[in-house]
Amino acid sequence: MNTMTLRLAKPLTLRRIQAAAFAAMIAFFAIAPLFIYPVYLMKVMCFALFACAFNLLIGFCGLLSFGHAMFFGVAGYATAHAAKVWGLTPELAVLFGMACAGALGFGTGLLAIRRQGIYFAMITLALAQMVYFFVLQAPFTGGENGLQAVPRGRLFGLVDLNQPAALYAFVFAIFVAGFFAVWRIVHSPFGQVLKAIRENEPRAISLGYEVNRHKLLAFVLSATLAGAAGSAKVLVFQLAALPDAHWSMSGEVVLMTLLGGLGTLLGPVVGAAVIVMMHNYLAHLDAWVMTIQGVIFAVCVLAFRRGLIGEFSHRIGRPL
Amino acid sequence: MEVFGVPSQALFGQLLIGLINGSFYALLSLGLAIIFGLLRIINFAHGAQYMFGAFVAYLLLNKAGIGYWWALLLAPLGVGAVGAAAERFMISRLYRIDHLYSLMLTFGLGLIVQGVFLSEYGSSGQPYPMPTQLAGGHNLGFMFLPNYRVWVIGLSIAVCLSAWFLIERTRLGGYLRAATENPTLVQAFGINVPRLLTLTYGAGAGLAALAGVMAAPIYQVGPLMGTEMIIVVFAVVVIGGMGSIMGSILAGFGLGVVEGLTKVFYPEAASTVVFMMMALVILVRPNGLFGTRS
Repeated sequence: MNTMTLRLAKPLTLRRIQAAAFAAMIAFFAIAPLFIYPVYLMKVMCFALFACAFNLLIGFCGLLSFGHAMFFGVAGYATAHAAKVWGLTPELAVLFGMACAGALGFGTGLLAIRRQGIYFAMITLALAQMVYFFVLQAPFTGGENGLQAVPRGRLFGLVDLNQPAALYAFVFAIFVAGFFAVWRIVHSPFGQVLKAIRENEPRAISLGYEVNRHKLLAFVLSATLAGAAGSAKVLVFQLAALPDAHWSMSGEVVLMTLLGGLGTLLGPVVGAAVIVMMHNYLAHLDAWVMTIQGVIFAVCVLAFRRGLIGEFSHRIGRPL
Repeated sequence: MEVFGVPSQALFGQLLIGLINGSFYALLSLGLAIIFGLLRIINFAHGAQYMFGAFVAYLLLNKAGIGYWWALLLAPLGVGAVGAAAERFMISRLYRIDHLYSLMLTFGLGLIVQGVFLSEYGSSGQPYPMPTQLAGGHNLGFMFLPNYRVWVIGLSIAVCLSAWFLIERTRLGGYLRAATENPTLVQAFGINVPRLLTLTYGAGAGLAALAGVMAAPIYQVGPLMGTEMIIVVFAVVVIGGMGSIMGSILAGFGLGVVEGLTKVFYPEAASTVVFMMMALVILVRPNGLFGTRS
């Protein structure tokens, strides 16, 4: 009887610790704007969601996409276009951005999942570069200037998002919704199949799972969530510009996730916060930031593969 | 004179540029294929090594007065040595784990090199003079043919064919191919496989540096010259398939020409045509045109 309760108790505390950690994170982002510059926090939340979306693929499905900036960037341009040219309300503009990213994810995903491993990385990188050139040349993206002075508009036609508190709440809501979407996906039966594919793809196939369909759905979900992050960022900075779609942005999100911990739920959030902070404090070093990023990559891969949160959760023996 | 409604001067001019770009695609994808063949990793630092080679040539000229011809020899040796050291001390630790990690590591190493040159020289390009022996050109009547470009295409073909010969037809190449098939068994025959891996990575990096030196007088020497190039080369590699050395050479030249022709007939698509070809090839032949392995 006693062992029985113990066995039952373990997963319960496990969930409790995870829930407590998530609650702490959400509480932090809810209270932090009182002490920390809100725009900076919103930037962190956008990149954190971007990294969580990316992590859904690499951490839980074993697919390394080196072109995730295309979803982030294209969603941003779509949102900017919808808000500025069509005059849509911000929630519709964000949804439109997510839909565009999802559609792009469907198209590129169909191609990319035909190959595995490093080929998958090369193909996504090349496709993202194609999208980058398209964005650079297309008539409605403003070329090198990007789309500037994107109106934030009124949420549901009611709340003016130019009020800092309202904007913060909006971005916070998108971030929390996205984070829980990832959490829900990972813990669903679908997420378990993804993990099975990551661990042993031939075996998942032999068990009768439609591996490619699962991968494609994971890719589209990841692209859509990355799109939500890109859309939110455009509303915060009122600017959709080329760097968001550049290959270096794809590298950046890999770095954030690796630093925080591949395959952990909290890791990408922590990794994004650290990298955004690094950009802020080391901005005066200009191009040395790139070298520092390279060094972090090398150190993480060689000596610190679990990442910050991964290492911590390994020490306490609980997944976070 | 016009061909398909296009002035022959423009057509052949772009064809030549296509062959030049193709020479670099071929050299770079050859290096990637050699490294992949043995080490099973994709060298994301390849673009940085190409840029590094060009910069070594630039520095040799401006700091030591050493000209193009010596740079053609010294830059690949220097960059190859740096590459071999990186393989020996870092990349070699990752062979036993998921290859995605070595991909991230080489990407990071590339960023380090790029960041260093970017902070020293800024993002704008530095000019590198053409060797005097190869200045000038010939007027063929239908187009002007600069000597240096002929040299680049010729040298690239020569290097590619020698690499192919070395790997497919010599004893050393036999060891390499055997080590690809079964490293444990080859090691049991008394061949030092880890050293073979180090040398192979160094050779791949050296090839990239050689391409960089060759490119220096044509393009400007800049810290970002490698990345845009290498992403196209990745697409070329996906199209050609990395199974065969000859495949990657042919795909490199072929796609350079396709890109050049696109510039003549539909300039808007010139920067994306290689990627579109890649998408098409993935749909029709997922393993690449010359690829055999899945």
